Amino acid sequence: MEVTGERPERSPDRSRDELLGRTTRRVVAVASIVSLIVLAVFGLWVAPPDAVQGDAQRIMYLHVPAAWIALYVAFGVTALASALYLWKRTRSMVWDRLAGASAEVGVVFTALTLVLGSLWGRPVWGVWWAWDARLVTTAVLFFLYLGYLALRRIPGDPDSCAKRNAIAALIAFVDVPIVHFSVDWWRTLHQKATVFNPALNPHIHGVMALTLWIGVLAFSISYVYLLDRRYRLAVLDEGREEREIEQAIAERTRPRQTAKVGAS
Amino acid sequence: MSVWGEARMVAAKDLRIELRSRVALAQILPFGLIVILLFAFALDPDRGLLPRVAPGLFWVAVLLAALLALGRSFSIEQQWNARDGLRIAGLDGGAIFLGKAAAIATELFVLEVVLGAGVVLLYDVSVHGLGILLLSAVAATIGLAATGTLYGVLAAGLRLRETLLPLLLLPVVAPVMLGATRAFEDGLQGSPGDAWPWIALLAIFAVLYTAIGVLAFGSLWEEA
Repeated sequence: MEVTGERPERSPDRSRDELLGRTTRRVVAVASIVSLIVLAVFGLWVAPPDAVQGDAQRIMYLHVPAAWIALYVAFGVTALASALYLWKRTRSMVWDRLAGASAEVGVVFTALTLVLGSLWGRPVWGVWWAWDARLVTTAVLFFLYLGYLALRRIPGDPDSCAKRNAIAALIAFVDVPIVHFSVDWWRTLHQKATVFNPALNPHIHGVMALTLWIGVLAFSISYVYLLDRRYRLAVLDEGREEREIEQAIAERTRPRQTAKVGAS
Repeated sequence: MSVWGEARMVAAKDLRIELRSRVALAQILPFGLIVILLFAFALDPDRGLLPRVAPGLFWVAVLLAALLALGRSFSIEQQWNARDGLRIAGLDGGAIFLGKAAAIATELFVLEVVLGAGVVLLYDVSVHGLGILLLSAVAATIGLAATGTLYGVLAAGLRLRETLLPLLLLPVVAPVMLGATRAFEDGLQGSPGDAWPWIALLAIFAVLYTAIGVLAFGSLWEEA
């Protein structure tokens, strides 16, 4: 499928065009769909409605896993992969693609977290948005990584882009605990548990806890699958422009060559 | 020449350019003042809201003006291949970072003094706890200058850098905005005890990003 014949590859590192093997990917894809269906069944029917919040609490089975995977796994992988890229002994475009793919999935999951949280907050808290520490931190993180993705989209020399992206990812990552602490401080100093009424957050157990864990599992598997697909997309995208130009040149020169052959 | 000497040279160069071209003084400073004025339009001065929210408005105005100053700091390097000149000069990457950040910080200090005077006069704010205000302003400004210079070089030489820089920088400096505003509020309300944790946060932020800048600037500068 690659049209490169005469010209050397621009990107030197073609070592890993796929993140997962073919069989693994299929297993992950099926597991992802099955676990999401199981989650839907448990979340909508098996788990009982919450005593205080009623059916609105069911949103938590999506909201919490999305938040966990985005904030702890996806952005963590981005930071780790960026560090591995910057470290000279492990430098490889694999890490750059992985960092970008993970950040993108993370941003999607963070957006999902914010939207779902808002949908839950309206019936339960009575407001779409509350200036709660966790909410504000999540929103800042969302913009932090949105900026990182915007930076990644700017084309340039692959190696210097990758280096720049990796440094940007680490600068953003260093900011995460600072944002967290500052916002936490701010909200705890100024409002003392007005929205987080303890009665609204009872300890969960039994089927509800099980459903939550199914959610975490389903979202983890889906994350891996999306990561793999996004990685593949990045690989295909890397040589795209060059391939397209080569293809266009080939199409333009071919008729002339055949004409020459015909003349001689 | 030592790193400090090189840094001082770069800072002197940037400040000299600003003094001669007067872009910072004649454009960025008035911009900050008009933002202060616009806030008064948005929040009716008669409602007595302005003195209470003055610290936040002040820092938002500083932040917006800082974006302009940063864009300017790296656009002067784009002109006449100045960046290549600086590269050939064989300066240490960390020194260039410190120099450019110091120049930005100096410009921001001047801006803060003028905008501070504007806020006091226009919003009818009575000044208390000047020491706290100064200390938090210094820490916040160093943090802003360090992160700004770091992101400035990251975006320098890129297409779309004018729109990219604010998106990259503003979320990162959110803690600075928060800490500086709270510290100013505590200082003005005469409760300096509450301000110290915020000043500590600002100081940690400033030290951390200055360190990252010194380490990372060199390779980013080569790539830019």
